Amino acid sequence: MSSLSQAAVEAIRLVAGADPKLSEIVLLSLRVSLTAVAIASVIGLPIGAAVAVSRFPGRRTVIVILNALMGLPPVVLGLLVYLLLSRAGPLGSAGLLFTPTAMVIAQAILIVPIVAALSRQVVEDAWQEYREQLRSLGETPLGAAAALLWDLRFSLITIVLAGFGRAAAEVGAVMIVGGNINGVTRVMTTAIALETSKGDLPLALGLGMILLAIVLALNAAAYMVKESAQRRFG
Amino acid sequence: MDMRTPLSLLPLRLDDVAFVIGTKRIIDGISLQLDAGPRTVIVGPNGAGKSVLLRLCHGLLRPTSGRIAWTSPEAPGEPRRQAMVFQRPVLLRRTAIANITYALAIAGVPHGWRVSRALEALRKVGLERVAGHPARVLSGGEQQRLALARAWALAPEVLFLDEPTANLDPGAAHEIEKVIAAMHADGTKIVMVTHNLGQARRLGDEILFLHQGRLAERAPADRFFRQPVSRDAAQFLEGELPW
Amino acid sequence: MVGTRRLFASALLALLALPALSVQAEERFITVASTTSTEQSGLFGYILPIFEQKTGIRVHVVALGTGQALDLARRGDADVVFVHARSAEEKFLAEGQGVKRFPVMYNDFVLIGPKADPAGIGGGKDIVAALKKLEAAKAPFVSRGDRSGTHIAELDLWKAAGVDIDKAKGPWYRDTGQGMGPALNTAVSMNAYILADRGTWLSFKNRGDLTILVEGDKRLFNQYGVMLVNPDKHPNVKKDLGQLFVDWVISPEGQNAIASYKINGEQLFFPNAGQSGA
Repeated sequence: MSSLSQAAVEAIRLVAGADPKLSEIVLLSLRVSLTAVAIASVIGLPIGAAVAVSRFPGRRTVIVILNALMGLPPVVLGLLVYLLLSRAGPLGSAGLLFTPTAMVIAQAILIVPIVAALSRQVVEDAWQEYREQLRSLGETPLGAAAALLWDLRFSLITIVLAGFGRAAAEVGAVMIVGGNINGVTRVMTTAIALETSKGDLPLALGLGMILLAIVLALNAAAYMVKESAQRRFG
Repeated sequence: MDMRTPLSLLPLRLDDVAFVIGTKRIIDGISLQLDAGPRTVIVGPNGAGKSVLLRLCHGLLRPTSGRIAWTSPEAPGEPRRQAMVFQRPVLLRRTAIANITYALAIAGVPHGWRVSRALEALRKVGLERVAGHPARVLSGGEQQRLALARAWALAPEVLFLDEPTANLDPGAAHEIEKVIAAMHADGTKIVMVTHNLGQARRLGDEILFLHQGRLAERAPADRFFRQPVSRDAAQFLEGELPW
Repeated sequence: MVGTRRLFASALLALLALPALSVQAEERFITVASTTSTEQSGLFGYILPIFEQKTGIRVHVVALGTGQALDLARRGDADVVFVHARSAEEKFLAEGQGVKRFPVMYNDFVLIGPKADPAGIGGGKDIVAALKKLEAAKAPFVSRGDRSGTHIAELDLWKAAGVDIDKAKGPWYRDTGQGMGPALNTAVSMNAYILADRGTWLSFKNRGDLTILVEGDKRLFNQYGVMLVNPDKHPNVKKDLGQLFVDWVISPEGQNAIASYKINGEQLFFPNAGQSGA
């Protein structure tokens, strides 16, 4: 297909030319999504582990809701966060709308359910294996959750990567709360949307290829770290 | 030898304990008393309820009816004074020594003392040279020895064991038996379930024979093996009870 | 074991520190709500650096449709609006949401369609006659449907053509609810007719088989206006910085900048700040 090869040419031209606008956009995308996934993991992993090892009324409802929230449409979430951060909204005085911080907030909220729901499943599966021994040692449920999170760190890396992938790929939330402002809140996905709407499809596709390459590289690096550490620790 | 501390867990009393799942009476009314001192070995055919009985005593399961009472019970939140080792050792993805210091931390042992106590436990089971190795890359026998070292480091009054050598080759099993004997010599009450009659003979001071959820016979080990009183026990020893 | 844990922890901390590192604290900037036509045509990319150079004020442009841009300002999320639908702007002023409206520049709309022109409207200057023919032929037509300036203009033209578009709508009329660019993409892929502003069309790269069929009608005239959002209603509005921008855009320097923006030698927007009644 000629548009694909045109796109590949565009991608190579952008990368080889070390286009400063491109690196600005790429760096912002990484900053926003990596920060969002870090925040979401700090919040979501303990929630997932805690739900996995605890028994409380309404537990099954919580699990179903967590799982369902994994499918929260980014554009809906973007709208909700916009209403929160708008000057006319409750958090308007913070002046966060149309800033990278707003984008981080929106993406973090988007990813928390993914991290929590998936880690809940992984920890709960492991809990079957560890439960009796940990209880025998006198471990508390929260202590067990923490110990399991560390023990399952390699599986959790994959979960965190899934969260990052979701964040880096979405355009609905960051478009609404960021405003796709040139030089301020324009990230890879919103730039691709913009070039598409300007009809510059090869450039849009080229940017898309670059985005894919970056996400692929990150995943490959994480996988190698995981593999080598796993070989050491069993 | 029978009193480790002024307030001992033992003796443990079971009063008409039952454990029912659905309509199945897995434990069907057992009353007994476990005293400090003799190594108690529990044997019986499959499905007799041996593992369940162990877990009931250790507190991992709650009886459907009846009472289980330690003489001076552990209070919730206090460090445990009993320990359990399972058929498959459950170890964390950490070094061997870290698995023990983890248990010591739960038991409230102050930070500065954990490493030395853990090392001592490893030494007692002959694993000090693998202290820094990831626990999960150790052999099956070494992992089970590590599980025992973890229990030993806690200086428990009672150690429950659920078929600890079922997955090990005879050489490794022998090592485990040595450790169990050493822990007993150190003052820990041993309560062990095993399928291995030879092991029961080697390690048992008294035998509890379970059959269909009931305590069918209880006797000192040499008498049980020489002259079982109940017909079920006799058939079991002959290998004629359905496994 | 401890080493890996420290590595994880430092990586996490480094990540969290990243946004803090590049926050340009207290940078002077204003938020301008504008339309996709001004952004995507590249006009802002051209004139804003001139303004920023002169005043040190960065202009953050949020590009939406006219209706959306005005709604954004009604919520106090913009300092200045720069849109192109006079009736909507007058309403905005009447609500007390804006301070004063200044005409800035105009361009025109053009009727785009397939080169083959099945409805036979090409080459004419009469937009109303062309639209009548399109409706009669039920030729495929893409509408923006998004309360943008272009959409409002389109609806006004249907009215001028005597077509009650709500009644006449059928499968031939594609109400997409999209910005100019995406709507053009849709029209290209359907080989349909569409009303577009010349600026977006000139900078649009995915033209397919479409070309300008009708242009030059006075009724296709498209006026842009700029307003400072009313700081009495929205105390957070940066009224001094915003006023500087408004003043500059209608000043001779700003008007010159607008006039000198060209694509392939063709001027896109025509400054007319001084024109009364615009």
